[in-house]
Amino acid sequence: MDEARILRRGLSPRLWLAGGWLLVALLAAIFAPLIAPQDPLAQDLMLEHLPPFWLDGAEPGYWLGTDSLGRDLLSRLIFGGRIAFIVAFAAASAACLVGSALGLIAGYFGGWADRIISRVVDIWMAFPPVLFAILLVAVLGTGLSSVIIAIAVIDWTRFCRVIRAEAMSQARMDYVESARIAGYGRIGIMLREVLPNVVPSVVALLSLEMGIAVIVEAILSFVNLSISTDDPTWGGIIAEGRLSIHQAWWVLVFPLATLILTVLSFSQFGEGLKARFDPVLR
Amino acid sequence: MSACLEIRSLSAVLPNGQRVLRSVSLAVQPSEVRALVGESGAGKTMIGKAVLGVLPKSVRIVEGEMLIEGEDLGRLDPKARRTLIGARTALIPQDPLTALNPSRRIGPQMTDRLVRILGWSGERADSRIRQLLDEVQIRDPERVLKSYPHELSGGMRQRVLIAAAFAAEPRLIVADEPTTALDVTVQKQILRLIAQLQRDHGTAILFVTHDLGVVAKISQKVSVLYAGKVVEEAETAQLFATPQHPYTRALIAATPRYTDPYASLKPVDETVLAGLAAEIAAADKDWRPSHG
Ligand SMILES: Nc1ncnc2c1ncn2[C@@H]1O[C@H](COP(=O)(O)OP(=O)(O)OP(=O)(O)O)[C@@H](O)[C@H]1O
Ligand SMILES: [Mg+2]
Repeated sequence: MDEARILRRGLSPRLWLAGGWLLVALLAAIFAPLIAPQDPLAQDLMLEHLPPFWLDGAEPGYWLGTDSLGRDLLSRLIFGGRIAFIVAFAAASAACLVGSALGLIAGYFGGWADRIISRVVDIWMAFPPVLFAILLVAVLGTGLSSVIIAIAVIDWTRFCRVIRAEAMSQARMDYVESARIAGYGRIGIMLREVLPNVVPSVVALLSLEMGIAVIVEAILSFVNLSISTDDPTWGGIIAEGRLSIHQAWWVLVFPLATLILTVLSFSQFGEGLKARFDPVLR
Repeated sequence: MSACLEIRSLSAVLPNGQRVLRSVSLAVQPSEVRALVGESGAGKTMIGKAVLGVLPKSVRIVEGEMLIEGEDLGRLDPKARRTLIGARTALIPQDPLTALNPSRRIGPQMTDRLVRILGWSGERADSRIRQLLDEVQIRDPERVLKSYPHELSGGMRQRVLIAAAFAAEPRLIVADEPTTALDVTVQKQILRLIAQLQRDHGTAILFVTHDLGVVAKISQKVSVLYAGKVVEEAETAQLFATPQHPYTRALIAATPRYTDPYASLKPVDETVLAGLAAEIAAADKDWRPSHG
């Protein structure tokens, strides 16, 4: 029975597929200089709009073709992944830390702490998020760190709301009361008893948030508000690809597919992890 | 020798002024099982929670004293009160599923309290827990200690909770309908276990139940509660032989005999309830909280 369960858990396909793609994309991004077949910035007007490898007119070494300036698309996607992952990890972790901590406090302690935190969340969420992001980046100036800060500042509320609700329902459980009777302090109970029970949700949200951060970064790049250097970003590539859709569909389709696959993988990976972490669900 | 638990004229109200406890007095002597019986909503759980210091925020104590082994809880500062309650009391809860932390294994969950609160060494706590698991007749302690709560049956979980309650040798255990969530065959085993451990350890128990059959089996003394008021208290045998209050008589009459489990449960007589309501209204009219 135990083995059957381990087997079933081990084979969860969504965890493997999503995790596999994320691992490949992450490794490619980390080792980009070693892996990328070409210099992502090298322009060569003789090579503009080369098609991907299986079409007529493809050049060896340019697997996914080139863009309107003759830059290698695959290399640009690989290097773009670096910024996508940096933003994903940094922004999602910051949002998670702030949001989960406040949510835990609001949900577990209730009372005044909850009223204040919930009110702030309500006000925060009244702003449309994309407008909020653009506004923030306009104020902070473009650049990697302001994109990260903007995403964290906007999205901590997602963690706060969910974790608050979960902590609240956990706080009503009898085991919390038993811990009180046994003589544990409130903060000790919050951290040792309640926190482990909300961790699966935190993990799932964190992964989902990484996907969202990738999208937001892409949107900001798309509207040219993200990283101001020449470094390729997925959003930037999509923006350029849009202009040459009739001559070279691949410049739009591959980065879009990469983006969507990555975002979906993050959310599925999170769900899979949650199911695996949660002793009751698994 | 002072009583293990003494409650003197305890009254508690809800924010809307409604009284949930009406000058409740009762005492539990060392090594004694005191049953607290009454229908749903009578305030049995409230009394237990008041003693253990975990009343809901909305419930306010407006008069009365509670003493554990002669120490007045009201005179202690909150920290000292928590320490006293933690060291001398324990709870056997009604629902063994939510009373265990779902994300922690049974073993660490049980030893944690002995180590962190009472300052025992890890080995001592571990061997103590194993001894208690043996006493509650858990045959495969290794598996149980490694399990998560949801991997055990309801009866198993309640055994674990009983073991945990007795582990730190509390003087007083509050058992709040510890068998209600279990099926009938398991109920009997659990009840027998509690009685057994109570005798072996000499622990006083405040045993909350709405089942007079359980009262007859386990307790030496009974308090009958109605609408937050103790309407009668007596030795258990005496209560069944010569119930004094009409409500007690009605309650006994309404309980199916154990020899005839199919006898229908009769509702408590209307006139008895009307009489009780009048009695309580009269008491409420004269009542002023002595402080607060
Ligand atoms: N959290 C709460 N806040 C306010 N009132 C409550 C709360 N919990 C219970 N009450 C009220 O207090 C009264 C006593 O409830 P209590 O839970 O002590 O009853 P009980 O005798 O334990 O009943 P049961 O047999 O159903 O467990 C009831 O009238 C109930 O409605
Ligand atoms: Mg109750």
